[in-house]
Amino acid sequence: MELVAIFVSAILINNFVLYYFLGICPFLGVSKKISSALSMGLAVTFVMTITAVVSWAINHWILIPHKLDYLQIVSFILVIASLVQLVEMFIRKMSPPLYQALGIYLPLITTNCSIMFLALLAALRNYSLAEAVAFGVGSGLGFTLAIILMAGIREQLDLADVPEPLKGAGIALIVAGIMALAFMGFIGMIK
Amino acid sequence: MDILWPVFTMGALSLLFSLGLVFAYKKLKVYEDPKIEQISEFLPQANCGACGYAGCRAFAEAVVKGEAATSGCPVGGEEVTQYIADALGVTAEKVIKKIAWLHCRGTHEAAKNRGSYLGISTCHASHLIGGNKQCSFGCLHFGDCVRACPFDALYMGEEGLPVVKEDKCTACGKCVDACPRNLFELHPASQEIIVFCQSQDRGASSRKMCKNACIACGICSRACPEAIVIENNLAKILDYKKIEPDKIPEIEKCPTNSIGRIHKDKNEG
Repeated sequence: MELVAIFVSAILINNFVLYYFLGICPFLGVSKKISSALSMGLAVTFVMTITAVVSWAINHWILIPHKLDYLQIVSFILVIASLVQLVEMFIRKMSPPLYQALGIYLPLITTNCSIMFLALLAALRNYSLAEAVAFGVGSGLGFTLAIILMAGIREQLDLADVPEPLKGAGIALIVAGIMALAFMGFIGMIK
Repeated sequence: MDILWPVFTMGALSLLFSLGLVFAYKKLKVYEDPKIEQISEFLPQANCGACGYAGCRAFAEAVVKGEAATSGCPVGGEEVTQYIADALGVTAEKVIKKIAWLHCRGTHEAAKNRGSYLGISTCHASHLIGGNKQCSFGCLHFGDCVRACPFDALYMGEEGLPVVKEDKCTACGKCVDACPRNLFELHPASQEIIVFCQSQDRGASSRKMCKNACIACGICSRACPEAIVIENNLAKILDYKKIEPDKIPEIEKCPTNSIGRIHKDKNEG
């Protein structure tokens, strides 16, 4: 039950984008088309899941036994950077158009605070491996959900008559704020 | 010796991950011709699309694949063509420098208005309702071409006609596309004489609408029959190379100034 709670809470209630407001850069940058938003979401989900596993392993097998927990941030950065390199190579090989569409936002997953936050939070809360995986997958799916919803809204928004000064990032941030308000409604779901 | 532990740990972790990446790189390497990058960097990076590709990088890819000609970038001109040819080890194709010229002399003064136009001030909007000028072929003066030019090679002259700055024009063709009346055409830089009118109305009526319209009197085509013909009430240059220099004064007798030397026109203006 605990696992389900962590999973659902990571997707809906403590959604990284809409509750913690982390990872806003790709959230605004790649949310112009649903298809590329989906790929971005999946790339982030992949990186998050593997980061959760690898950072758990490093934390529990190497850092804690040797009392090196102060190296958490540095070693997690190492994990994330390598993983993003891997994803980048993979996408470039498998789908060059997708590589073009994601552009600079793909390497920028490296500096995406939400992934760092995930690794640090999992370590802070002392999650077991299973819990860390549930948390990682859930957070990734939560990010995917948020970015796809955003892309859907922005595709419609292109047709709307937006006041001149709000065009672009302005209206996108307002929409994100309203979406966050809506997601607040999930808070009562899990105690 | 406690200080060595973190150093050792981080070192080992880094080594592990870098080995992983090296392995992945071997498996997932994408071969890309380094020439693409090299040529792409040398291109003007205006991404204007004059070459017919989606941008400078797309053109570089096409030229390396052999799909595009080395002279395919009209903006870069001879220098870029030579560079691409050297990079690919082929002989450069000959580049003919071209310049866009306006085929109209219907200045504010010369061409009469149809009425007072109060609509959106772009040529396209005006053209939709038939234009603000009586002449249905001539320049509308709102400067869609000036706004379209990515190289600042066009400005709106005092007489109401766009003026081409020859040294800045790269023949990208944006103005050709922008003009709703197709008044721009790319001409080789060596071409001295062009027709400054597109009106296909009959001579009598086009003269009423615009002082500088071609009235198809035929003086120019009589001077140079093998190079200039009259077609659809309009003088047309078939082959500018056949115009002999000594015939030019003859051509310039044009009663409405609608054909003549480009540069003489510039000196006067």
